[in-house]
Amino acid sequence: MNQQAGLSRRGLLKTSLAGGFVLAFRWPVRAAPVNEPEQPLDHPDGQFAPNAFIRIDNTGKTTLVMPQAEMGQGVYTAIAMILAEELDGEFSKVVIEHSPSSDKLYGNPNFGIQVTGNSNSIRAFWDKLRAAGAAARMMLIEAAAQQWQVDPTSCTATDGKVAHAASNRTLSYGELADAAGKLPIPDKPRLKDPKDFTLIGKPLKRFDTPNKSNGKTVYGIDAMVPDMKFATLAQCPVLGGKLKHVDDSAAKTIPGVRQVVVLDDLVAVVGEHMWAAWQGLDALKVTWDEGPNAKVSSADIWNELRAASKKDGVVAKSEGDVEKGLTQGERFDADYELPFLAHATLEPQNCTVRLTPGACEIWTGTQVQTRAQEYAAKAAGIPIDKVVVYNHYIGGGFGRRLEADMVGSAVRIAKEVPTPVKVVWTREEDMQHDVYRPAYRDTISASLSNGKIIAWKYKVTGSSVLARWLPPAFHDGIDDDAVDSAVDMPYDIANKRVEYVRAEPPAVTTGFWRGVGPNNNVFAIESCVDELARKANMDPVAFRLGMLDGTPRLKAALKLAAEKSGWGSSLPARVGRGVSVQPSFGSFVATVVEAEVDDVGGVHLRRVTCAVDTGIAVNPDTIMAQLQGGLIFGLTAALWGEVTIEKGRVQQSNFNNYRMLRIDETPPIDVHVIKSGERPGGIGETGVTAGPPALRNAVYAATGVPLRRLPIDRAAIAMNKA
Amino acid sequence: MAFSIKVNGTTHAVDVDGDTPLLWVLRDVLGLTGTKYGCGIAQCGACTVHIDGDPVRSCLLLVGSIGERAITTIEGVGSTQAGANVQKAWLDLEVIQCGYCQSGQIMSASALLSKNPHPEDADIDAAMAGNICRCGTYVRIREAIKRAGGEA
Repeated sequence: MNQQAGLSRRGLLKTSLAGGFVLAFRWPVRAAPVNEPEQPLDHPDGQFAPNAFIRIDNTGKTTLVMPQAEMGQGVYTAIAMILAEELDGEFSKVVIEHSPSSDKLYGNPNFGIQVTGNSNSIRAFWDKLRAAGAAARMMLIEAAAQQWQVDPTSCTATDGKVAHAASNRTLSYGELADAAGKLPIPDKPRLKDPKDFTLIGKPLKRFDTPNKSNGKTVYGIDAMVPDMKFATLAQCPVLGGKLKHVDDSAAKTIPGVRQVVVLDDLVAVVGEHMWAAWQGLDALKVTWDEGPNAKVSSADIWNELRAASKKDGVVAKSEGDVEKGLTQGERFDADYELPFLAHATLEPQNCTVRLTPGACEIWTGTQVQTRAQEYAAKAAGIPIDKVVVYNHYIGGGFGRRLEADMVGSAVRIAKEVPTPVKVVWTREEDMQHDVYRPAYRDTISASLSNGKIIAWKYKVTGSSVLARWLPPAFHDGIDDDAVDSAVDMPYDIANKRVEYVRAEPPAVTTGFWRGVGPNNNVFAIESCVDELARKANMDPVAFRLGMLDGTPRLKAALKLAAEKSGWGSSLPARVGRGVSVQPSFGSFVATVVEAEVDDVGGVHLRRVTCAVDTGIAVNPDTIMAQLQGGLIFGLTAALWGEVTIEKGRVQQSNFNNYRMLRIDETPPIDVHVIKSGERPGGIGETGVTAGPPALRNAVYAATGVPLRRLPIDRAAIAMNKA
Repeated sequence: MAFSIKVNGTTHAVDVDGDTPLLWVLRDVLGLTGTKYGCGIAQCGACTVHIDGDPVRSCLLLVGSIGERAITTIEGVGSTQAGANVQKAWLDLEVIQCGYCQSGQIMSASALLSKNPHPEDADIDAAMAGNICRCGTYVRIREAIKRAGGEA
């Protein structure tokens, strides 16, 4: 939440879409129909298309175009619910379409570009989608009223029909589409009173899941284009390296191998199917010029990061007199560290390309449709408007598909191939050529007095993802994402200061990773607060409750989570409960993890309890699912996640050495959604952020060992060490 | 070399090397893309299919080793009672998020239920621990297997 506020406040982004809802347009809507990428894009005439999101044809078929990408977070259903709520359309019959690439039509109001990230879809589009639905509804009612020559206020709309009760007449939206399309678009659409919502707030079924249960859903990796060949690639294992020499004599003897494509920085093998291409790739003898990063190791990177953390940072927030506050009360200093992480989306990176003279088509699943288009245009050497991106359902985004590198490399390969080509990365290539969640070091000094924190000095040291990904958003030495959930930390503390030191690692490109900046800050803050509670000889929940008067929604969530978790009841030896709270992404989440530490330091999750106030819960079942899944995503990282570098190379390669939580390790997870009339908050990343500190604090309670680094160090909490 | 394989009741002739993993034959040769590639080393389970009713990771199953045995994929599993029950329970409980792993989850779960209609938690753990879900839908998978078992 803080990040978007910071960005818009400084006006550094495109603001054309940020100034609220403007419905002064009637564009030809061009959309990519879901699962039918071969279908022509131009829409037929005779449709009522009052904005970029809604189309109603004269049979009544209502098509909703999704400005955001569906990567499992349920956003297509939630967006459709909001549009249909205000439209009063027939919800069960709406047809969902992926949007084409267009910042102008589908730009996220909080970014100004078409991007699905930062748990921003519902938060950013809430007003815009409601107004779009309401405007369409008003036009349909007006069309009916004109036909009947009655006052529009005497008409009502429900379920895709307009009715005039006094004369007992009804007309369907299909029958009204032509006439409605000729009417002016209302300036200020009248929104529903939330108490009249019939869809929003209900746990409705998702649109995308039936075809995901029977194999019919087409992900980017499933795209099939006539005459297409299959390719897989190897990029230099060391970031910044170049290709020196390729001996492809053995590869070319493999049945099904058609071609070897050698570029400056990568080599690809094209085959009749992926297996042939992969066998061919394995048979290549490749020599790389590994470049300046060839000797970098994790130890070097951590040494640099720790040295950088000793510098003064740029002040991102300052209240009261922190230096004076630190001299009063009882002082406490601690440092916390988080490692690099890979995204490991289960769908490996892929992109299918068809080049024709002067034009390029792309089949992929992306969180950044227009960026994918730009990357393709640049690689193909053609204007952006000659590139069509067919977006797909995404087999896991988590921030990895906020990048378009896989599009650029696929187009560069495709330029050398006479047929359309699908480029699929192996899991190993995917894991070793990711953009990684930055490693961070957080330096905290605090002081305690009368059971409360009276001074808090907090410094984040790490890479700035924003500075690379959206350079104008990096301002005055501050990365708003890197200090998100730190500058707005929820506790009532009179004297506080937050600083940021930008430190870019060698050999690693950093990127957004589900939970983004708050992952680091909530972990460090909540770990430190637990240590301070112990120092104050107070219960961790009571300690937090005493400092949350300024954030009542979070205080209420904490009370609920504590109650539902059985907080305070007795537990066996080496079993502990840990708590975390966070105001991140506009949602207020409190989490209790109960975990057991065995004699050799193995950590076993026993139970997770979570309470969330996310404002109006558009689809409460999706809120619960996102928290359940997000918690597992975060707990996976806390238990095992770490990407390490040796000789400039990422050492992890597949799920055997980059571990995922599995079902037999997953505890019951109870999520309690608090009823609220506030604006919707973000939800897709909240669980990821919540899990690790709560687990860390549970281990602290179970063993007394204050871990200050993730992933959890088993040796440090084994029986003989505790 | 040509092989004859029987997938979802239909026999297909495929002209590939015998050491080609079934996964790539299904996806790239037959166009049955419901079966997914996730890891290639039998660590994630996204490629799970049934061979004569048993769950198998198709990323390591060589096409030349299958012979006459019946291959069932996610596209065909709904025609079995256990498969249909699992698919219904998956939707009733809204298990699925991104969905990429779910073909494999559903194949593993339906193989479990066809042999053990009322599995205990430990049975579910044993049958499903080879299937990774990166979205973390495990809590609902467990519940849905029990639900599907109740309907068997």
